[in-house]
Amino acid sequence: MSKFRKEGSKETPAISTSSLPDIVFMLLFFFMTTTTMREQDLVVKVIQPKATEVKKLEKKSLVSNIYVGQPLRSYQSKFGTEGAIQLNDFFASVSDIKDFIFAERESRKEEEIPMLTTNIKADVDVKMGIITDIKQELRKVQALKINYATVEVEELDYQD
Amino acid sequence: MARKVPEVNAGSMADIAFMLLIFFLVTTTMDVDTGISRKLPPMQEEELENKPPPIKEKNLFEVIANVNDQLLVEGNLMSVNDLRDATKEFLNNNGDGTCDYCTGRRDPHSSDNPYKAIITVQNDRGTSYNLYIAVQNELVAAINELRDELAMRMYGMPMAELNEVDAKKIQKMFPQKISEAEPVNLSGN
Repeated sequence: MSKFRKEGSKETPAISTSSLPDIVFMLLFFFMTTTTMREQDLVVKVIQPKATEVKKLEKKSLVSNIYVGQPLRSYQSKFGTEGAIQLNDFFASVSDIKDFIFAERESRKEEEIPMLTTNIKADVDVKMGIITDIKQELRKVQALKINYATVEVEELDYQD
Repeated sequence: MARKVPEVNAGSMADIAFMLLIFFLVTTTMDVDTGISRKLPPMQEEELENKPPPIKEKNLFEVIANVNDQLLVEGNLMSVNDLRDATKEFLNNNGDGTCDYCTGRRDPHSSDNPYKAIITVQNDRGTSYNLYIAVQNELVAAINELRDELAMRMYGMPMAELNEVDAKKIQKMFPQKISEAEPVNLSGN
């Protein structure tokens, strides 16, 4: 018999858990740094359309969001069921977009202004009329870089 | 008489860290904003003095979407599924033979070359956003497919693997020229 075998003590020794906090802390820091809290509560329903040819938006700090969609149920009595615009955290009209863009520019550094992108997050069910109005309004204030927010999918099948 | 300081029990450290971890796990949103980027044309206040030269009808690829979400492409009713191939055929046509990398049919009634070919999209105020995005997506997809095919022929690899200089070159060879006509309002919405 081998001489290395110790007599008795058949139980397996307990695994040391002293490094568990370190591992957990590592995970914790990872999530703490990558987390971005949702800044805005949506008051409109936005289900983004699907597309295959999408690009990622770089630099989140240079993006201003315009939400377009049907008002949520609790607001429908006041704001109707047609597509509505949300700027910052409440409903707005098309004419408010100008001020919104100016306010967005105000809060950025001057050299960053030409790189500002307007991200139009619109619901699949809205009509083009309101989107067109928004685009015209953006053209008036020279906010020409826009992005239609879409969800990326691999394959698309349209049924008409 | 230095008394030994008793060691603090760190056994619950893991529990505390776990609690924080779970909080951040739940609140985290790792969504990246994705979408189709476009550049709007600047507003033209006054009429241009020298009007741009007129574009030949055959170099225009007209896509019109109506209020019932139907597509009229070059005068024919078309489903969105066929738009990609039609666009590719139009851009790749090489009507005047100046484009030596095009593989099109050289139809004299379609576009002269990729530089002259312009896609124009017009939609009604009542067209759904869904269809609009689908059309934009298909048009971009058509151009991307052409670029990919060309890259495969020239460099033997797809666009995504090319270096920046070559990719720029390919992009120039199939430029993305999509114009949007002012919308009409036929539906009264």
